[in-house]
Amino acid sequence: MSADEIVDVEGLTVDFLGGAKPLRAVAGVDLTLRRGETLALLGESGSGKSVTLRALMRLLPERRAIIGGRLRVDGQDVRVLSDRDLSAYRGRTIAMIFQEPGLALDPVYRLGDQIAEAVMRHDGVSRRAGRARALELFERVRIPSAAQRLDNYAHEMSGGMRQRAMIALALACRPKVLLADEPTTALDATVQIQVLLLLRELQRELGLAVIFVTHDVGVAIEIADQIAVMYAGRIVETGGCRDVIRAPAHPYTAGLLASRTGRASSVGARLPVIPGAPPDMENLPPGCAFAPRCKHTQSLCERGDPPDVSVGPGHRARCFLLSAAAGPGSAFKGN
Amino acid sequence: MDALDAATLGRDRGGPAQPLLSVRGMVKHFGGRRSWGGRGIRGAVHAVDGVSFDVAKGQTLGIVGESGCGKSTLARLIMQIIPADAGEFLFDGEVVGAHALDLVAYRREVQMVFQDSYASLNPRLTVEETVAFAPRVHGLSRRAAIARAHDLIFRVGLDPKRFAARYPHELSGGQRQRVNIARALALQPRLVILDEAVSALDKSVEAQVLNLLIDLKSEFGLTYIFISHDLNVVRFMSDRVLVMYLGKVVELGPSEVLLAAPRHPYTMALLASMPSMDPDRRITEPPLFGDPPSPIDPPSGCRFYTRCKFAAPVCAATEPVLAEIAPAHRAACFLAAAGSGHPQAGPIA
Amino acid sequence: MTKTWMAGTSPAMTVEKIVPARRIGRGYWAGVGRRLLRDPVALAAALVIIVIVFAALLAPWLGLADPYRASMLRRLRPISDAVYRLGSDELGRDMLSRLVYGGRLSLLMGVLPVVFAFFAGSAIGILAGFVGGRVNTAIMRTVDVFYAFPSVLLAIALSGALGAGIFNAIVSLTIVFIPPIARVAESVTTQIRTRDYVEAARISGAGPLAIIRVHVLGNVLGPIFVYASSLISVSMILASGLSFLGLGSKPPEPEWGLMLNTLRTAIYVQPLVAALPGAMIFITSIAFNLLSDGLRSAMEVK
Repeated sequence: MSADEIVDVEGLTVDFLGGAKPLRAVAGVDLTLRRGETLALLGESGSGKSVTLRALMRLLPERRAIIGGRLRVDGQDVRVLSDRDLSAYRGRTIAMIFQEPGLALDPVYRLGDQIAEAVMRHDGVSRRAGRARALELFERVRIPSAAQRLDNYAHEMSGGMRQRAMIALALACRPKVLLADEPTTALDATVQIQVLLLLRELQRELGLAVIFVTHDVGVAIEIADQIAVMYAGRIVETGGCRDVIRAPAHPYTAGLLASRTGRASSVGARLPVIPGAPPDMENLPPGCAFAPRCKHTQSLCERGDPPDVSVGPGHRARCFLLSAAAGPGSAFKGN
Repeated sequence: MDALDAATLGRDRGGPAQPLLSVRGMVKHFGGRRSWGGRGIRGAVHAVDGVSFDVAKGQTLGIVGESGCGKSTLARLIMQIIPADAGEFLFDGEVVGAHALDLVAYRREVQMVFQDSYASLNPRLTVEETVAFAPRVHGLSRRAAIARAHDLIFRVGLDPKRFAARYPHELSGGQRQRVNIARALALQPRLVILDEAVSALDKSVEAQVLNLLIDLKSEFGLTYIFISHDLNVVRFMSDRVLVMYLGKVVELGPSEVLLAAPRHPYTMALLASMPSMDPDRRITEPPLFGDPPSPIDPPSGCRFYTRCKFAAPVCAATEPVLAEIAPAHRAACFLAAAGSGHPQAGPIA
Repeated sequence: MTKTWMAGTSPAMTVEKIVPARRIGRGYWAGVGRRLLRDPVALAAALVIIVIVFAALLAPWLGLADPYRASMLRRLRPISDAVYRLGSDELGRDMLSRLVYGGRLSLLMGVLPVVFAFFAGSAIGILAGFVGGRVNTAIMRTVDVFYAFPSVLLAIALSGALGAGIFNAIVSLTIVFIPPIARVAESVTTQIRTRDYVEAARISGAGPLAIIRVHVLGNVLGPIFVYASSLISVSMILASGLSFLGLGSKPPEPEWGLMLNTLRTAIYVQPLVAALPGAMIFITSIAFNLLSDGLRSAMEVK
């Protein structure tokens, strides 16, 4: 792990107990992230992206969720942290913002007090210092009339402002890694772009590493340096933003990009679609999980997990058809 | 051909030139308290404030706007779920509610698909029972209604043998939305309102459902009102686009023209806020600051004045009228209207 | 050219690839039943209730002693006496037989009021919840007046006013239980009324009766039923209380509450025998409680 890498995940697996048999929500995810870099985790519902994020913060229910693999953030092994260290880890090293600010903002406390309390707890300073930092944060996230807004309750603010307040709370203790779970999905377009630009700016100023989960390709394009596409609990393609968007190697990525309404040629022309629906995680098909929906499926796709193939510098994808195993007559080679 | 089919043949009254739906001066305010001193009602939410437009037969009108703009209220007003405070609308030339077109008959002409596919389905009814409910209510026998339901389930892309007896919790989001569409089509409406019908779906499923909607439209000769906050989807689906802001129409015109060269600053900002498709051409400046204001007690003058980069004194003083600035293209903006007194507007040609 | 609806042209088939078939078409109640069967506590409770109910129903054919035959010589015998299995009461009557026969009246006075209140309370509550507005306020505030009285006090007051007797006791208990059931019914109906599918049904042009019948009832009766079943245990205790106070059944009828009253004086002589009717009330009401809890958990999933 180089000095610059702050998130090092290898072979991450998450199994949920409780049903007839354990459900594997994440089946072997490798991620590395450097300081100051943004990684977009792109995927649809059920792909395991939110579970991956929560595993990084150990937010999954302890007894029901079994985490396997290597999970290191800022040199610490997240899986073996004691409760006390975990408490310090969350906030100091890593923080998270959610889709619904209601999840992070306590409705019965004023926002300024919530931030001050977090600062006081982590830095051990006085309440006044905590409030001063809260004001500084509110100004950083560009909340207008910041001093008055400190005394607002969460319900007194609009959606975009609540999201900014949540970002302020997350940054209160100067974390090194910021996890974002679809924070802009519920926002209007004009507010979404403001929040995305704010995140970009904050990342530059603070040198944060950001993992941004989204299902919207456009948002990923706006914010990401690296993109990792997830499907059925695995990363099927990963690479630099330009490489993945311009030259997608995996058929799923190619299908996602082709079905965007923004690229449709004319009004009412039919969109190219990926047929079928995301798979049932309890009943995955043998072999490649995407095979039932893939246009280029061959018989070898049903035998075992597709290998991780390099298709360019820093650009990898998991697809049989990209590897030598596919043979010279394979119909699919990139898009 | 069942009994309902016979009743719905030959419903077209005015021919292709007559708009299917004409809305004139629709107003809806919520709440508010009467203030002493004769200043009328304060604190009312001006959800829809004087909206007028036409929808031509066989067209798709896209309505786009952000939270608080009133598009969902407008949908409910058109569906007559809530009563309007003022304004009228005509369906194929007939006043809705009058003798020739009473509410029950109107319900057979206009239907709606909601956003939340799960909450729109009764968890205790199977798919076929849900779709067959409306025809039953309108007099069809149980057997005929179920037959029609099976036909529609097939037409929205689901195999009746596998899906007709399922319950909503056994379906995926995309499948549920297809059922909602089948339910909306059960009465053979001519106008279907799609209120954020694809917003809650995964993108790959969204594309499938959009394709389905396009096919159904041409197969059954439907007219759509497509409401969404996603400009890309609206652009893809619509022939004409209507942009709403704080209860008012700010721009209305053909989708290709309007979205390639918008004339109202809000439309320009909306367009510029769409995330880029190209990693090398990212957005660097947010086109608009702040959140959409609340529709309570809006100010006089142009409602967009506080956030508009082209604001001029005339904008605060008087409210702009939705005026024609090009053939079939209207905008409510002093900037766009020649000779309006706005310093950057062109002179009267 | 408007296409007509009758043409059987093949539609836009966006292919739905095979979704692994999961219990196609199994209804909600089947699911509830299955979950209930997997709950050991609820099953045990159900078993207890079944045993008590059947014993009560089949009492005349179980070869028990005559519950009315008194014997002044054999008064207050202890449990596991040679002749009287569970002892005898203060008038020398067989306890076992009186307990079994007593189950008839006690169960009747416990279950019937709840059943009647379920229908009456649901009707009131669903109507109020569905109509909303001022009618709702009028109905529910009236209900609130009755709800404000503690149930025991209300039961006693009504029974006192109506007079003693089983029938009057059932009537007064029914009245006591109507307000809480109506409240629950109104609250659940109000929640359902605002759901999208009810709105969609309205848009279809359905009238209120059709909407209530098809969309509201199916979703609302379940929670109300669960709540009502939790009231059965309360009803049994109240009924026994009324009988204890002399406002319910009258001697020599075997009824658990009444038996508690008449055996009161024997507490120092045969405490275990005197406690038996109380134990029966306890066991039966706990069983109903546990069963209704299990039902609630089984219905909650999803």
